[in-house]
Amino acid sequence: MLRRLSPLAVLAAFSMLASVAHAQTLRIGLAEDPDVLDPTLARTFVGRIVFAAMCDKLVDIDDKLGIVPQLATSWQWSPDQKSLTMKLRPGVLFQDGEKMDAAAVKYSIERHKTMAGSNRRGELAPVTSVDVVDPLTVRLNLSAPFAPLLAQLADRAGMIVSPKAATAEGDKFGTHPVCAGPFKFVERVAQDRIVLERFKDYWDKDSIHFDKIVYTPIPDSTVRLANLRSGQLDFVERLAASDVAKVKADPKLKLSKITEIGYQGITINVGKSEESQKNPLGRDPRVREAFELSLDRDGIVQVVMDGEADPGNQWVAPSNPFYAKNVPIPKRNVARAKELLKEAGVTNPSFTLMTATTADAQRIAQVVQAMAREAGFDVKIQSTEFATSLDMADKGQFDAYVLAWSGRADPDGNIYSFDACKQPLNYAGYCKPEVDDILKRSRTTGDIAERKKLFGELAAIVLKDRPIVYLYHRHWLWAYTSKLTGLRTIPDGLVRVQDLRFQ
Amino acid sequence: MLTYLVRRIAQIVPTLLVASVLIFGLQQLLPGDPAMVLAGEERDPAVIAHLRETMHLDKPLPVQYVYWLNGVLHGNLGESQRAQLPVTTLIAQKLPVTIELACLALVIAIAIGIPAGVIAAVRHNTPWDYGANVVALWGLSTPNFWLGIMLILLFSVTLGWLPASGYVSPFDDLRENLAAMIMPAFVLGNAIAAVLMRHTRSAMLQVLSSEYVRTARAKGVPERGVILKHALRNALIPIITLGALEFGTLLSGAVLTEQVFTIPGFGKLIVDAVFNRDYAVVQGVVLFTATAYIVLNLLADIAYAVANPRIRYG
Repeated sequence: MLRRLSPLAVLAAFSMLASVAHAQTLRIGLAEDPDVLDPTLARTFVGRIVFAAMCDKLVDIDDKLGIVPQLATSWQWSPDQKSLTMKLRPGVLFQDGEKMDAAAVKYSIERHKTMAGSNRRGELAPVTSVDVVDPLTVRLNLSAPFAPLLAQLADRAGMIVSPKAATAEGDKFGTHPVCAGPFKFVERVAQDRIVLERFKDYWDKDSIHFDKIVYTPIPDSTVRLANLRSGQLDFVERLAASDVAKVKADPKLKLSKITEIGYQGITINVGKSEESQKNPLGRDPRVREAFELSLDRDGIVQVVMDGEADPGNQWVAPSNPFYAKNVPIPKRNVARAKELLKEAGVTNPSFTLMTATTADAQRIAQVVQAMAREAGFDVKIQSTEFATSLDMADKGQFDAYVLAWSGRADPDGNIYSFDACKQPLNYAGYCKPEVDDILKRSRTTGDIAERKKLFGELAAIVLKDRPIVYLYHRHWLWAYTSKLTGLRTIPDGLVRVQDLRFQ
Repeated sequence: MLTYLVRRIAQIVPTLLVASVLIFGLQQLLPGDPAMVLAGEERDPAVIAHLRETMHLDKPLPVQYVYWLNGVLHGNLGESQRAQLPVTTLIAQKLPVTIELACLALVIAIAIGIPAGVIAAVRHNTPWDYGANVVALWGLSTPNFWLGIMLILLFSVTLGWLPASGYVSPFDDLRENLAAMIMPAFVLGNAIAAVLMRHTRSAMLQVLSSEYVRTARAKGVPERGVILKHALRNALIPIITLGALEFGTLLSGAVLTEQVFTIPGFGKLIVDAVFNRDYAVVQGVVLFTATAYIVLNLLADIAYAVANPRIRYG
């Protein structure tokens, strides 16, 4: 009896093995726990990594920051640049089986614009209305031409949610998000895991080779790497620069790096509060120039980032097409810095440099302190817990502040909110009518050559006034099992799951 | 005993009320605007205004407190602004994890600490005593995060025996659950074992030199009986207090250990909540922990009476 059964049992065992081998899971280690998983309300960078597998956008960006189709297949600006007509991909379904069409796009964009607490409202501010032209054509009407719009639609503002699910769930949609991406939401245990499973009716299902993705937030980068090395994870984002050598030496692991679209810099209080005028650094542009000339960016990158960053002096990296070539990275010149201080009549200026308590920010402050001392600066470091430092920055209770920005695909997202008068992220308190004018013009022209010219003009003014001294652009460091192939490195630092597979 | 119990339980109410005022008030001293932190990188003024409104931050402090207290009395600890989940749900998710970790750690601590303390006291001033003291000192002076990372490197990365971090529910897979919990429980238990050992040793030394122990020995009670029945039982009182306090501390979350092993317990929850200024979570978890602490203290008092029948209350 047993003998007769055994071939069947073997067959059963084989089929089980086959199904186990087929059910592949990608396990990703995140540096933080994402916030709410609702594209309208979401606020963190790390959340965007999860969205990249769950929620498709109208358009995406490629490795050169060009706009490429995703849910929209083509688009056309009106001659006056005040409306954008988009053709949608036919036959796309949401993860709840509903149709993704022009009405759903209208619903999602209106939700982004009107929902209480929406973080997308500012990004879509110029959009006044959305018209459904036909089931697969949608038109976005603008109050004024707005060149960064397509880049915004390549991020959370362009994520289309299922109107049925979003209406039913209301402001609890983030606990059961339903989009039109390759993986659908299964479960989330706060600070423990986010589980997604393959959506079988995804429009581009042939590019998907995993059945499940599990995201695990592990804040400590050493522990994150230990999990990768012990085989508990397949992929970790934001590897510590100091661990690069370890990963390179391990034949079971691979490493990828991308220069971020954001930056690391020092914001200087030039007009946020009265305090700015009490300090020579905030009062006198010559002192700021001397400060910048006292810094050796290559040295900073070596010491702080183990060389894993591109030195930079602008809001975009030198490799970015919008980098203003007319203002190259200044070389360190201590003698000139001393001369400038003499001209300004302050040979030993003193200021406080506020930093967050992260290791990177602390190291920046220490290196900057040592370098600036050689030119005569007395820099006092004030390490402040992040929320407190933000509050002090907002109230203008600082001289200089080490602050990073994660970056946006369009350069406008890296500069407008920081340098235009009275913008929420303008901690420097910088305000100049001609700068506002150039910024506004750079938003209204769709012509790339014209925009480049305007950013060049902007750089000539802003980089001389120095409300922010830009230092470098970090490398996004990813470490993953050498079995994993098909990884695309897009400068926004988000993991695209399409074409990813195990060898 | 019954009157005593009733009186003790009645005392809990004002204690908790004072605790709630303290929890609420102290949190207000945290610098930084929670709405601004929660608004994320963009810090859109409209979002900040909306958050201030939903968190009642636009109301005067006493009104905010009444809102919160009213919710608490109705079993509603508020909602996490970051995760958009009720605080009670978060506590329900994390509490079993933390309790399991605390129990395992305490079992390890007792299994190491009490026998080591008894041996050190009985073999006072011998190599046994010195050896136990050295081990205790090592346990006390080894930082948890360092020991944790070393254990991960040895047992996970090099030997590959245990998972480096993470948590699996015991109801899903008990073996994997224990595999994931053994290292963090050992790290936590190790430090407490050292404290327990030191206290057991000194309590035992004191008891062993007392007259009734001499009497017991004079009556010819075997040494084993003298130590375990006469001495240890009496020495246990301060140890129970300590154990209950340590357990309370464990319940409030072993921050660094949970961080290193990525155990999704109270420690991680509260630290993240403080840094994100997620007030509802901080208030809810601290209130819950305070309540647990008070209850554990009560249980310790009851345990005294059980361990030592000479103690009679009211």
